[in-house]
Amino acid sequence: MNATALLSAAKDGILTGAVYALMASGLTLIFGVMDIINLAQGTFVVLAAYLSYALQVHWHIDLFVGLLITTPAMFIIGVVIERVFIARLKGPDRTGMSILVTYAVWLLIEGTLDLVFSSNDVQLQGWYVPKSFTIGAIHFGYIYVAGFLLAALLLGALYFMLYRTRFGVSVRASLADQTSAALVGIDVKRVSTITFGLGAAVTAAGGMIYGATNAFNASSSYDLISRLLTIIVLGGMGSLGGALLAGIVMVFIGDMVGVIWSPIWSTTAYFVVLVLVLLWRPQGLFGKVQARVA
Amino acid sequence: MKRRRGFLRVLSLSSVATASVLTAVVSSNAGASSGGLAKGAPVKIGISLSLSGDFSADGQAFQQGYELWANDINKAGGLLGHKVQLDIVSDASSPTQVVTNYQKLISVNHDNLTFGPFSSLLSLPAAKAAARYGYALIEGAGGAPSVFQVGLHNLFDVSLPVAGDLLPFAKWVTSLPKAQRPKTVAYVTSNDPFTEPQVTSIQGMLSKAGIKTVFNKVFPAEVTDYTSIADSVAAAKADVVVLGSVDVPTVSSFMQAFEQSGYNPKAMIATGGPDQGTTFLKAVGAKNADGVMVPNAWYGASANPLSKKMVAEYIKKYGGTAAGVSSDVVEAYSVGEVMAAAVKATGGFNNAAIIKYLHSNVTLMTAQGTVKFNNLGENVNPTAFTFQWQGTKFLQVNPIGDPNTVKILYPKPVWGK
Repeated sequence: MNATALLSAAKDGILTGAVYALMASGLTLIFGVMDIINLAQGTFVVLAAYLSYALQVHWHIDLFVGLLITTPAMFIIGVVIERVFIARLKGPDRTGMSILVTYAVWLLIEGTLDLVFSSNDVQLQGWYVPKSFTIGAIHFGYIYVAGFLLAALLLGALYFMLYRTRFGVSVRASLADQTSAALVGIDVKRVSTITFGLGAAVTAAGGMIYGATNAFNASSSYDLISRLLTIIVLGGMGSLGGALLAGIVMVFIGDMVGVIWSPIWSTTAYFVVLVLVLLWRPQGLFGKVQARVA
Repeated sequence: MKRRRGFLRVLSLSSVATASVLTAVVSSNAGASSGGLAKGAPVKIGISLSLSGDFSADGQAFQQGYELWANDINKAGGLLGHKVQLDIVSDASSPTQVVTNYQKLISVNHDNLTFGPFSSLLSLPAAKAAARYGYALIEGAGGAPSVFQVGLHNLFDVSLPVAGDLLPFAKWVTSLPKAQRPKTVAYVTSNDPFTEPQVTSIQGMLSKAGIKTVFNKVFPAEVTDYTSIADSVAAAKADVVVLGSVDVPTVSSFMQAFEQSGYNPKAMIATGGPDQGTTFLKAVGAKNADGVMVPNAWYGASANPLSKKMVAEYIKKYGGTAAGVSSDVVEAYSVGEVMAAAVKATGGFNNAAIIKYLHSNVTLMTAQGTVKFNNLGENVNPTAFTFQWQGTKFLQVNPIGDPNTVKILYPKPVWGK
């Protein structure tokens, strides 16, 4: 182990962690506003990766240009899923039921992808995917840097939307208390639908980066969703900043432990940190107690 | 080959598994193995496969292999005149679900025979479940030492035991003249029963030949982001990389990180992934695949006539080329061939007789090569090969001296060149 290895691990943690944060941001928004635990978020990422793959293979559209198509496509898919499956959930068991319903959505999407694309692994290609530049002795993969910048840009845009727009006020009001928000004239149903769409839309960029840095198939979502859920638990349900910090912390801790000690303890080390944080702050780093009680 | 598993999937299936176990226990009609079948009745073969979840790519390739064999045997009149009917259920890559499945296949569905699932991780619990009912479990992808250490009498693996997979590669490395011989080696492997024994098995041999170990780490099988581990391997700048991988995503992630780091090992061998034919080639790109090696007991261009026949039928049914046929397909197909030989030799479907026959030191021919079982059910008669991608061709480069062996591309070309 040397300083270069540590710096390299820290770089990997920050660059990759931000992309995980982007994938998890949709999950945390959806829970914050709708009290819905969207287990299908991991499969949304894989679906988005397949959309990029289809555009690249069939129409030779560059991965980044393709985001102009996949992002709205994922938004529409999210809106349709919300209208068809989620909006029907009513009553006090809504959150619990959402786990079952979104699991069904997950299986439906996974099965469809498996039928359409087969179970063979694929990976997104681009001239920039294997390229890198070097600062000092540290190599920075173009695709990882682009992923980080994309994540920062989109998380920034989400933050702006939440805190600087009228729609953001509606979202935050719904996030704080849906009944009160409805009483002051906010169309909570509409806000929920759009939020679910946004939650799905952010997976377009996350899925593209994921697909360019990993070979994947329809079943790749199993490993993803467990990571995304732990990110939002650590960061605090409903918190964008929390998701960003937790995403980076998760990969950073794993990578540092892997370099200093052994990769075999990477996941364990992260979960030890997660448990310790939850003992100290059961609502997560930036979560609000009310949001969890709602 | 792919053997990762998703924690959530296991959780989600556990309740279903529990319910199914109860159903199986309640069922009083435990499926005693039957040696005779009514005239015209099909012979039912129960199989649990990973049709979804982390092993789905391999599970579906196994399904193709089993179905190809069933079609062939049925075209030839079936087993002892009975048409073969495959009873395939999905275990979603879960070791819990696989137990439930075999209990159900035997005690509820009353299948006459059983074939194994995919991977060592699932084969062991499957064989234990089948053993309770006295069923033989013939499988093609459960060659880890941990599978045989239990000492099950009903388990038979038709493939190459994994501990011997990398030996031809190690022999080749140590046979190189000193000036050409690599000086350093990096070992990095997932903690999987399929990979770890392979990687460990050659370390002593290479070390004795004066090849210094500069990196040796194990990573968890469920890792999804390999960048940091791969960067650490790259920083060690070893001449040879021995990667204990189970699937294409693992190998492609390491290769991508190596390329981004500007690290080009002189030789790279991965225990699983490069054997996945065109799937591997498409994922990593043909230029990057050049020079990458993988151990195995079979390849699509094998001169074995049984293999040629199977490959031709595969291409007719599924398309593609010989190089694109996954080794999973032949592993499954060979399972069927061994079972067919045992049924024919014993003259029935009695599992006790089949087990006894397979333990009788008999040598059988399959599309994958010769099969002979020791008392643990390991195939003691396989040929271990090393294969290498050279351009878009997947070529046999070991054992040295074999007429089908071509020269190893060494040192491996620079990534992408």
